[in-house]
Amino acid sequence: MSTRTIRGEKNLQDITTAHPDGIGGSPLRPDGTLKVKGEFAYSSDLWHEDMLWGMALRSPHAHAKILSIDISEALTQPGVYAVMTHDDIPGSKLYGLEVVDQPAIATGKVRYHGEAVAIIAADHPETARRALAKIKVEYEVLPPITTEEQCLDPETYGYVHSPEEYKAHASGNIVHQQKVVSGLGVTDEVRALADVVVVGDYEVGMQDQAFLGPESGLAVPAEDGGIDLYIATQWLHVDRQQIAPVLGLPENKVRLTLAGVGGAFGGREDLSMQIHACLLAQRTGKPVKIVYSREESFFGHVHRHPAKMRYEHGATRDGKLVYMDARIVLDGGAYASASPAVVGNASSLSVGPYEIPNVNVLAVALYSNNPSCGAMRGFGAVQACFAYESQLDKLAAELGMDPVELRQLNAVSQGSYLPTGQMIDAPAPVAELLQKVKDLPLPQPLDLANLDIRELPGALSNTSHGEGIVRGVGYAVGLKNVGFSEGFDDYSTARVRLEVIGGEPVAMVHTAMAEVGQGGVTVHGQIARTELGVERVTIHPANTEVGSAGSTSASRQTYMTGGAVKLAAEAVRNELFNLGRSRYGWTYNDLSLVGGKVVSASAGVLISMVDLLGDHAIDLTREHHHRPTVPFDKETGQGFGHVQYTFCAHRAVVDVDIELGLVKVVELAAAQDVGKALNPLSVIGQIQGGSTQGLGLAVMEEIITRDGKVRNPSFTDYLIPTILDTPPQPVEIMELADPHAPYGLRGVGEAPTLSSTPAIVSAIRAATGLALMRVPVRPEHITGT
Amino acid sequence: MRVTFNANGREVEADDVWEGESLLFMLRERLGLPGSKNACEQGECGSCTVYLDGSPVCSCLVAAGQVQDREVRTVEGLADAETGLDPVQQAFIDAGAVQCGFCTPGLLVQTHDLLEREPQPSDSDIREALSGNLCRCTGYEKIMDAVRLASARKCHTSEVSQ
Repeated sequence: MSTRTIRGEKNLQDITTAHPDGIGGSPLRPDGTLKVKGEFAYSSDLWHEDMLWGMALRSPHAHAKILSIDISEALTQPGVYAVMTHDDIPGSKLYGLEVVDQPAIATGKVRYHGEAVAIIAADHPETARRALAKIKVEYEVLPPITTEEQCLDPETYGYVHSPEEYKAHASGNIVHQQKVVSGLGVTDEVRALADVVVVGDYEVGMQDQAFLGPESGLAVPAEDGGIDLYIATQWLHVDRQQIAPVLGLPENKVRLTLAGVGGAFGGREDLSMQIHACLLAQRTGKPVKIVYSREESFFGHVHRHPAKMRYEHGATRDGKLVYMDARIVLDGGAYASASPAVVGNASSLSVGPYEIPNVNVLAVALYSNNPSCGAMRGFGAVQACFAYESQLDKLAAELGMDPVELRQLNAVSQGSYLPTGQMIDAPAPVAELLQKVKDLPLPQPLDLANLDIRELPGALSNTSHGEGIVRGVGYAVGLKNVGFSEGFDDYSTARVRLEVIGGEPVAMVHTAMAEVGQGGVTVHGQIARTELGVERVTIHPANTEVGSAGSTSASRQTYMTGGAVKLAAEAVRNELFNLGRSRYGWTYNDLSLVGGKVVSASAGVLISMVDLLGDHAIDLTREHHHRPTVPFDKETGQGFGHVQYTFCAHRAVVDVDIELGLVKVVELAAAQDVGKALNPLSVIGQIQGGSTQGLGLAVMEEIITRDGKVRNPSFTDYLIPTILDTPPQPVEIMELADPHAPYGLRGVGEAPTLSSTPAIVSAIRAATGLALMRVPVRPEHITGT
Repeated sequence: MRVTFNANGREVEADDVWEGESLLFMLRERLGLPGSKNACEQGECGSCTVYLDGSPVCSCLVAAGQVQDREVRTVEGLADAETGLDPVQQAFIDAGAVQCGFCTPGLLVQTHDLLEREPQPSDSDIREALSGNLCRCTGYEKIMDAVRLASARKCHTSEVSQ
């Protein structure tokens, strides 16, 4: 069972209005009943009279020139309404999240396996599939540029984007790079200060978000020549910003409404089928629905950057870290996507939650003909965390120290400086989090006399009855930022309306926040109840009629859009008080809203909100901006670059079948400081879900490519953890308020995904004595066969 | 072709069904029953699980024509019109087992079947029974809680009624 620890001298909970379904409570999801009844409308459930089905023809090659495309036969198929290539795009040919470098439909060249070269609209998915097969594309296949060596030697191997096409910040096949140098850097003199040095080359495979709801949506042409798009995404406004220019439409003619989202995890930050559905709807004048198959989904969104990382740590004999040198190479694939931000995170968070006086880091993302990589939960920080935590274990072994004690000895705390020169100006209980997971009771040892083979590695495959099973325990902790960084003002907007409906005061919250499953809609209701003292809150559908809510990513939505809802609700409350002041001449400055009434701390209940409001509605919109950050200096990485830091620690216990190389994670315990748990049930759910994605990266999840071609685009061959692979996960929550954040909260979603992976690998190392420099760890890495 | 069968206690008919269509596609696109989900359409994720003549199946792996004259019960048919949500549905909400909810319909049908067969399953029984249902959001802990909760409530109810 999960436990909850609350600490902090003056917890913010004390000063906010207590409401059982307000903040700090765990009211049930407002969309829960619809979801369990099968009535919640996901983007793939949408239906429109006369709608057509859209589909894309995708490149079988990772790198090729398109010599010709013949659509004539496909166009004559009965039931086919439109076939479009890049020539038919009315507006801009390119789009992109951070760098405008990706063709809406391949133009002249394909740069990755699965790139869309033509799109089609037909009356049935099977009609569309068969017609796609009639499109004749003549390719001149080019050798794919796929390895780091090839990418970094364009003179020999060529360019993914030719030099005159470069739109990225860097040059050659480099999308972006960032250095971080602090202290004296890493020189021979600095190296000489260390008694012990450990060096390792680490590798992280390409992970997929594998959200269950496939990319899908419905584009409906409107009478004004615009398009209404119902879509599963993470950020409505940035989708619109990329879609409208390609359609040749002003933004106000492209209206987006959030459809039900079946998970995201970063994979819906980039566009997938949005532009294609809109183009086909524009062309045919009919509603067009696109729903990816699982195979197409693997080609239709970006993945987690695979990484190769060389880390070197030096320490004194008593375990104090002296220096760290790191080189992190991320494969960004064919198009930039979020690569620049991933590089920013990988470099600035590369040291982990440790004080290291001398640091030298280079992180770089490359263009290649591998699948495009971009955002996935914990991006940049996940890869680095596997490397630095593996290094800390290695160093502990070299020093003969307890790995947890070594971490605690070097852990950052409030007031510590990171190598970017940014001081951590909020609680940073890293040593305490480690202690919390260490102090939890360990799971029972295997009881060989009463074995249930379902609990062993291999489980129902009946591969062991207890023989060859060795247990191991491992620890890890991570460092993640919250919110968009490096000078980006990712503000959020919220509109709150208060009025009397059916004889009671009702608050309506309207934002463009993408609810992707995280429970933001629950939290918005809680905030409105706490701030306005009402019972009933309705959540308006998310759309582009209200200002941007920023992205549902970077662990930022509760902080940013939750913060905007708080601001708007406070403004509504003040307006209500002013109404009372002007009407009744109140002079109280101790007013609050409790249980539907205006209350003065000194004079008691003044009036009910129903009586005060009457027919009047208060409807206000507010923007929430986090404190400003600055870009990192290009050469030194110095700068106040991040909004907030967040920390999670894990202890993993594994059983390894050392003969077959099978791993069963027996228990995965986590401790995280969340500042303030606005909804403890959801917070625990985020931590367990994030930890499980880290488990997947540790032992099973990887997109396998050969010469740029994806070999396992299915749930048969790309494995994600099942309930049998996933262990009990006790969670310890700390609530040390961040004075800069609304309610003192800290973004929760990503931190657990970082340290879960290295903790599990550490436990496997403890069981096997193997070095294990790469994730996912496969059976053959354990057996050596 | 035309397919006639019983869906959630109601005789239904789907026209112009292409022979290659799955039961899942027919339910979702022709009969207005989109509750069963299309996460992989290759029998790996369990999100499309429905009862077919009382046995849980992946509806993506059943050809539409195979259900002629048979009985299908989907997530939309779990709740009782009079008593409201099935205890399994209520437990999933109460325990926090629903995040994005895309896996939920399949898990509900599979859990419903488990508790019909084994009202008080062990944790290992639960994990075995639900091992064909992928969830990407929750890490399964809240799903375990939900199944335990539904089991406890169902047993309590049956004790009371006895």
